[in-house]
Amino acid sequence: MIVELGHFALVLALAVALVQTVLPMWGAQRGNAALMAVGDTAAGVQFLLLLTAFGALTYAFVTSDFSLALVVNNSHTAKPVIYKISGVWGNHEGSLLLWATILALFGACAAWFGSDLPVALRARVLSVQGSIGVAFMLFMLLTSNPFLRLASPPMNGADLNPLLQDPGLAFHPPFLYLGYVGLSMSFSFAVAALIEGRVDAAWARWVRPWTLAAWVFLTIGIAMGSWWAYYELGWGGFWFWDPVENASLMPWLFAAALLHSAIVVEKRESLKAWTILLAIMAFGFSLIGTFIVRSGVITSVHAFANDPERGVFILLILAVFLGGALILYAARAGVMEGRGVFGVVSRESALVANNILLAVSALVVFIGTMWPLVAEVLWGRALSVGAPFFNAAFSPFFVGLAVILPVGAMMPWKRAEIGRTLRSLRLALVLALAVGGLVFAVQTGRSALGPVAAALGAWVVMGAVVDLWTRTGRGALPARLARLGRLPRADWGKATAHAGLGVTIFAVAAITAWVTEDIRVVQVGGSFDLGAYRVSLDEVNETTGPNYQTTMATMTVTRGDRTVAVLHPEKRFYPVAGMPTTEAAIGFGVFRDLYLVIGDRQDDGGWAVRSYIKPFANWIWAGCLMMALGGFLSLSDRRFRLAAGARKPASLQPAE
Amino acid sequence: MRRLILILTLLAGPVFAVQPDEMLDDPALEARARAITITLRCPVCQGESIDDSNAPISRDLRLAVRERLVAGDDDQQVIDYIVARYGEFVLFDPPVRGVNLILWLAGPAMVLIGAAVAFGTLRRGKPEAAALSDADQARLDEILKS
Repeated sequence: MIVELGHFALVLALAVALVQTVLPMWGAQRGNAALMAVGDTAAGVQFLLLLTAFGALTYAFVTSDFSLALVVNNSHTAKPVIYKISGVWGNHEGSLLLWATILALFGACAAWFGSDLPVALRARVLSVQGSIGVAFMLFMLLTSNPFLRLASPPMNGADLNPLLQDPGLAFHPPFLYLGYVGLSMSFSFAVAALIEGRVDAAWARWVRPWTLAAWVFLTIGIAMGSWWAYYELGWGGFWFWDPVENASLMPWLFAAALLHSAIVVEKRESLKAWTILLAIMAFGFSLIGTFIVRSGVITSVHAFANDPERGVFILLILAVFLGGALILYAARAGVMEGRGVFGVVSRESALVANNILLAVSALVVFIGTMWPLVAEVLWGRALSVGAPFFNAAFSPFFVGLAVILPVGAMMPWKRAEIGRTLRSLRLALVLALAVGGLVFAVQTGRSALGPVAAALGAWVVMGAVVDLWTRTGRGALPARLARLGRLPRADWGKATAHAGLGVTIFAVAAITAWVTEDIRVVQVGGSFDLGAYRVSLDEVNETTGPNYQTTMATMTVTRGDRTVAVLHPEKRFYPVAGMPTTEAAIGFGVFRDLYLVIGDRQDDGGWAVRSYIKPFANWIWAGCLMMALGGFLSLSDRRFRLAAGARKPASLQPAE
Repeated sequence: MRRLILILTLLAGPVFAVQPDEMLDDPALEARARAITITLRCPVCQGESIDDSNAPISRDLRLAVRERLVAGDDDQQVIDYIVARYGEFVLFDPPVRGVNLILWLAGPAMVLIGAAVAFGTLRRGKPEAAALSDADQARLDEILKS
């Protein structure tokens, strides 16, 4: 009964979304206030209906309703409750329902909190948002219905992929989707602005918080996925340049470019057309990402749940929305005349450089991801593009970004002198070079990657500190410290996020350059050296978990006479899914992780053991969290809460 | 039941990539082998290198790479040996020649074009000739009036 209710709510939500697409847009074109107001109601109703549908599906999973095909294929009675819930979105159909629900949530938020938006703009935004909802709900109902019943329900289900039964991954998709789908708001605002033919500082003020929120969620989602890969896949990799990872990185890069260019629109009324284009591209790449993940057109380790036939439908959605928006853009972008003029050396031009580097790096990822497909279609060649390509072709752009970041962030608007900005960054530069030199001296005979990255990371972090300090103006130290606390949160957000990027860049290079690896056979009771540590294999036991069998080792890591950690790497076997997994044991530390993996029993009775020292591993995600925190700080800035009044003075001026 | 699980566990095969018994005694040669195997793609897996993969064929390939290295091949000869048998599909690092040049040069080309377009647009903007922005003009008027 509840399942039918959910199914019905989904169909009803589609109908409401259709209304939301047509009526407000028509009303906005005709200047009919009643029709425009329908959008607000429809957005709220659509969200509540989808929430009902989502709740019904969750109920089916939690109660293990095996008359539902989706539950049978992705759940099992013995599964812990948290994974029954995460199982809702751990599959194609359910994840689409989550996608649509979040989409409706953002639409509803625009209706609920957008009372200060001009009525026509809000109506058009909600209409565009509704049309995206129509497309995805049609896709769901026609090709991927989560509410399909089985005529003869089995006794138990096929279980969720054991790799996905993990707390880190349980909440990775919702965050990622909040990010992907959050960019739909920027897209809707961009399309609405193209239809209205008007972009101004106030528009940028409304778009930026949405973009920022989406970007923050994407950052957290990507970081969670990467952290999961680090501890779950069993060899401590954190990024594989897998197509599915690339699918999330591309919108992240475009969103990062968008939120920087929106600053220029907001503060200087420049780069308007470019910002609109970025907003379209950011969501376009979210759709491309959805296509890559959901169609399985590109083989990947993440292809847990996909079906090539559905790809055509998503491709159609992609063509309609991305193609339609780009055509609209080509026709209307000329209307967006920029007003602020700026010099070749200025904050604006530094942000243009930032945009070029971010956009090109995203396109490099895109070309690399699609190249095997292109080569197969055009030349019939089966080739691969993997980590070595991306490391070589992508990294230089981020090095360039890190080099110019502190300088650009401190340049004045309109016209700047590089010399003057560099003078205020003298300290940061000297410190960065000193850090690089120190690292070079401490590490002997290793690659240049470590020292260069340390210098680069220190440069970005110190640059952010200097930037913040400079904002306190001149005067005595106590006065400046007092002013530091009173700086707008946007300034703190900017510095925190930039410093976070520096930390992540350093950590990625450090873990790559300085990892220690050891692979060997160890007898129970035996021990071996790992860097400055000694690792002993104390015992190996067979036990059972709630829905798996496990071989669990007890290993003690000592340094000198001190016991550093007692770790329990596991090798699990999930009988229902018929799948083995490795559960690495990690001794977390501030400056290094000890990463132990137990393998198979050897013929001589020993056990294969893989062990690593991963330096600065946690710094990768700490940097990501700093970036997300910076976004949150910026988002909580007073300016955005006051965005309401921003357009009023502008509307007093005669239209140009 | 326990026996069944044990059998299934054994059938599932190693959960491990490089096995200790595959590794070469000479650390320099082993390091070269690892550097090669991380750039070769497992032909039957989904986007894994033969270094990470648990598939039997990956083990065979890892052993083949080491065999060629012990026989005295240089790195490129080893890679060519594998490519000759499994095709360019196994190369995670697409060689910089032929149509792949498009792939490799796309990034630098886009940056150059982007920079040229941006620079051209900025120069046309002629900041010297630019009047004050409206806001600045308003502020200036205010100051002059007072």
